[in-house]
Amino acid sequence: MATASPVDAPPVDARHDYLLRLGDDSLILGQRLGEWCGHAPVLEVDLSLANLSLDLIGQATHLLEEAGAGDGDKLAFHRDVLDFRNCLLVEQPNGDFARTMARHLLFSTWQHMLFQRLARSSDRFLVEFASKAVKEVAYHRELSSEWVIRLGDGTEESAQRMTEGLDWNWRFVPELFEVDETLQALIDRRIAPDPREFEDEYRSAIAAVLAEAKLEGPADQRPILGGRRGHHSEHLGHVLAVMQFLPRTYPDATW
Amino acid sequence: MSHDWPLWEVFVRTKGGLSHRHFGSVHAPDAELALRHARDTYTRRQEGVSIWVVPSAAIVASDPEQAGELFEPAADKIYRHPTFYDIPDEVKHI
Repeated sequence: MATASPVDAPPVDARHDYLLRLGDDSLILGQRLGEWCGHAPVLEVDLSLANLSLDLIGQATHLLEEAGAGDGDKLAFHRDVLDFRNCLLVEQPNGDFARTMARHLLFSTWQHMLFQRLARSSDRFLVEFASKAVKEVAYHRELSSEWVIRLGDGTEESAQRMTEGLDWNWRFVPELFEVDETLQALIDRRIAPDPREFEDEYRSAIAAVLAEAKLEGPADQRPILGGRRGHHSEHLGHVLAVMQFLPRTYPDATW
Repeated sequence: MSHDWPLWEVFVRTKGGLSHRHFGSVHAPDAELALRHARDTYTRRQEGVSIWVVPSAAIVASDPEQAGELFEPAADKIYRHPTFYDIPDEVKHI
């Protein structure tokens, strides 16, 4: 490049991509949890899961509206699967309640640690966003920890199901700590936190919950990466088909 | 599953200075989750600043059969009501 940009200039494309990553994580997990509505084991849990879902969809709204210059709906409902930038963990099927809670513990612990640091970003929007969202996510982390502990240290069947739930989701954890060129550009400008800095803290936090749940941590598996580049599992297309059907079929619908 | 879980009565303080008021009940396996279920069920729209949960089994209730002897004697004693005083407008929640 003939004209190298100064280090503090905001890299517009990288910032846009980062907003999509954060926004799509929240949007897709929110949609996934919404699938439980009316199907949870008991009414109280139904409400809990819908609450988590609505928190996440609220976060997605802020992030995608910032990314889409005010039009978040266009990004949420009129993008195809290859353009989504969420991590693979959030698009994994709900499975049973144990697998959903295993996924939520693994994701919300990461998201909580990330948002704590994002609240000290050099980007004003991200500071305002993360300062508010970090409280929601702290609750998500506590609630999912409580359930992992109760199911792990519950009956033989609940422990078995939680073990299987953790095993299913475990291979998608390394992606959360992956740093590519886009993310590195934002880390250099102190816009994004470097997830590698809190990977040890994350691993110990998860280990502490699993110890309290009297569960063995899953054995490390071959990591699966690619969500941040749009290489998704087969599951995301199905999520989008349900989520995007209405606005795409009736583009002018209002309610 | 919820049939195995005990019932908890939920009391919510809606803002500082007011008493906790009975809001309803939730099923939960233990006290900690009862608080979370109460939060998710009854304070989603900013209704509260504090929650109590109490095992329903710990509530001692009066017997509806005794309603007559417990409550009816108060019905015709108008002098027990402080209705003969003027309450200043700024006194609330009395």
